[in-house]
Amino acid sequence: MTDETNNTGPTIVKPKGLFAALEIDTRLMGMIGAFIVIALVFQIWTGINAQGLTGDIAWNPFSWLIDGRFLTPRNIFNLTIQTVSVAIMATGMVFVIVTRHIDLSVGSLLATCSAMMAVVQTVVAPNWLGLGLENPMIAPLAIVVGLITGAAIGAFHGYLIGYLTIPAFIVTLGGLFVWRNVAWHLTGGQTIGPLDANFQLFGGINGTLGVTWSWIFGLLAVAVAVYGLFSARRQRLSHEFSVKPVWAEATIAAVISVVILGFVAVLNSYEVPTRRLARLFEDRGEIMPEGFTTGYGLPISVLLLIVVVVGMTVLATRTRLGRYIYATGGNPEAAQLAGIRTRLLTVKIFLIVGLLCAISAVVASARQTFHSNDIGTLDELRVIAAAVIGGTALAGGVGTIYGAVLGALIMQSLQSGMAMVGVDAPYQNIVVGVVLVLAVWIDIVYRKRTGS
Amino acid sequence: MSDKIERTGKPLIEMCNMQKAFGGIRAVDGVSIDLYPGEVVGVLGHNGAGKSVLMKMLSGAIQRDAGEIYVNGELAEINNPRDARSYQIETIYQYLALADNLDASSNLFLGRELTTPLGFVNDALMEAETRKIMGRLTPNFRRFHTPVAGLSGGQRQSVAISRAVYFNAKILIMDEPTAALGVQETKMVVDLVDELKKQGIGILLIDHDIHQVKTLCDRANVMKNGKLVGTVVVDEVTEDDMLGMIIAGKCPPGGIPGPGAINSDNAAA
Repeated sequence: MTDETNNTGPTIVKPKGLFAALEIDTRLMGMIGAFIVIALVFQIWTGINAQGLTGDIAWNPFSWLIDGRFLTPRNIFNLTIQTVSVAIMATGMVFVIVTRHIDLSVGSLLATCSAMMAVVQTVVAPNWLGLGLENPMIAPLAIVVGLITGAAIGAFHGYLIGYLTIPAFIVTLGGLFVWRNVAWHLTGGQTIGPLDANFQLFGGINGTLGVTWSWIFGLLAVAVAVYGLFSARRQRLSHEFSVKPVWAEATIAAVISVVILGFVAVLNSYEVPTRRLARLFEDRGEIMPEGFTTGYGLPISVLLLIVVVVGMTVLATRTRLGRYIYATGGNPEAAQLAGIRTRLLTVKIFLIVGLLCAISAVVASARQTFHSNDIGTLDELRVIAAAVIGGTALAGGVGTIYGAVLGALIMQSLQSGMAMVGVDAPYQNIVVGVVLVLAVWIDIVYRKRTGS
Repeated sequence: MSDKIERTGKPLIEMCNMQKAFGGIRAVDGVSIDLYPGEVVGVLGHNGAGKSVLMKMLSGAIQRDAGEIYVNGELAEINNPRDARSYQIETIYQYLALADNLDASSNLFLGRELTTPLGFVNDALMEAETRKIMGRLTPNFRRFHTPVAGLSGGQRQSVAISRAVYFNAKILIMDEPTAALGVQETKMVVDLVDELKKQGIGILLIDHDIHQVKTLCDRANVMKNGKLVGTVVVDEVTEDDMLGMIIAGKCPPGGIPGPGAINSDNAAA
């Protein structure tokens, strides 16, 4: 977009529009815009519904906004923890789709990982290893077993696709049947629970950082983000490339800081119910002080998602592996001629997806506090939809990690928003399906217009 | 191209008795060619004559069935593109072999990225290097952040050529480098070939254009149906002679006939 000004030497920045100077990714802005529109619609809709329940509907849009139930700390909290599982897998699906493959097995793979971890917690640890109930080693052991399971199955898929050249669609369609029922076999078809208490910390509401640590995390995140912007600028200057004006960098830094800290503030303001607090104090043998309140803060599962997103983004944009993934997606033959081992690359990509499925399995089973046979059912389609809504092109070569996460968030917002205003589940699915197709169409039009 | 080429020492490249079959079709059948430093050697023939396959065996893109490749007189093991690169053999493919979704510097360094001490790709450094090398070839090039899909044919060509030049190719394979180019851009490639020749780089040039081969090449190998018709010094033969080699498989007097030349028994006698 704005490459025309920089050849050598720090060029004088031509006066240009506000957004051009900020050099913001317009597609990112579009997705955030779509998300904001969805959030506002449901906020107003739930506001009208709330007024309708209590009495007359005031014909004042601002009162609807204020009375809405969608943008409350409680709902935002729930929305984030509901999004985590699909969002984590969607970051991996980006790599798969970028390299012109598809993975239909992520939901089933999640189920197998979940079953393995449940079995470790309820059978292997107590009966074989003699670890007592609530032994601190149980959760780490289960998670390690889950990760190994996911990575091994993923790598196996990658081997079948890369080296035996079976199409990914077929391999993972087979995987969809196989792993769902391997999970069933592992547990004898039973629901297994409750899971280990430490394990449940990854589920969302049962494991949060609390107010203080959430603020500390928020401030650290702001520091890292600002440092990142600063060092990128310094590096460009050291090569005498043109840089954005200082005010533009400062604006971006300010917006990022406000968003991060605002998010933390919202999660902190969702207060733990008094009865639950009292129970917590009782467990510790203390008595809760009169009038004591505290917020939940950042859920550990959301922290996990943030770590995954940052890690996957670094992998995609800052490592050779990431560069090779995009190169292979853009032109597989060119990548091979450039000496890239594309077969091994396929194994690595599916191994990463397997690992992410295992992480999602931790979050999903911990969230429902038990393992069930239907865990992760249809997740493959939600994950693919999230990646595609987030701008990942099925033709390959194009897709971003943050886009996939935003896609997951948009889908989850649509579904839980519609549930809040009382749309029946079948209609919810109709809307999600229409939005998926619409999003891809808008993306195609956008690409044609911008010629990218 | 009449500067005398010294062909007495060890050849830069010697391909002996190369074989490649796809199914029952012998795409390359017992072809032997060589290349000396500072020399431009043409590889000519009809579509399907096997010239591209021969070159791909040298660049490691296709694995040979039989035959030996010697680099500087030593037997070389070339089984994939990485091997070829390790012998400083660079290739500019007809369809350019660029990842369209990546920008110029990502393509230039593809497979050989510059990294920071922590092992992350150093995009700023790679962009700076790309600006330097591209500045020599196409001084007006500015679109360093655009995916190469958005570049013109000539600009894409200069990315591909820059890649070969930047990594100090000793042997350069060019597959119809001017096929998609305009007059101006063709001249750029011709000038570049001259410059690289002076630096002692050996160039193998696949081309259809007899006239271009006449101006650019020192020697030419002609292939027909997977076999070598013959090798000629281009200054010693006419364009019609070369056309006769391509179309009829007839090696002119003065040329060294190969196994694919018609009535090769007579010629050998």
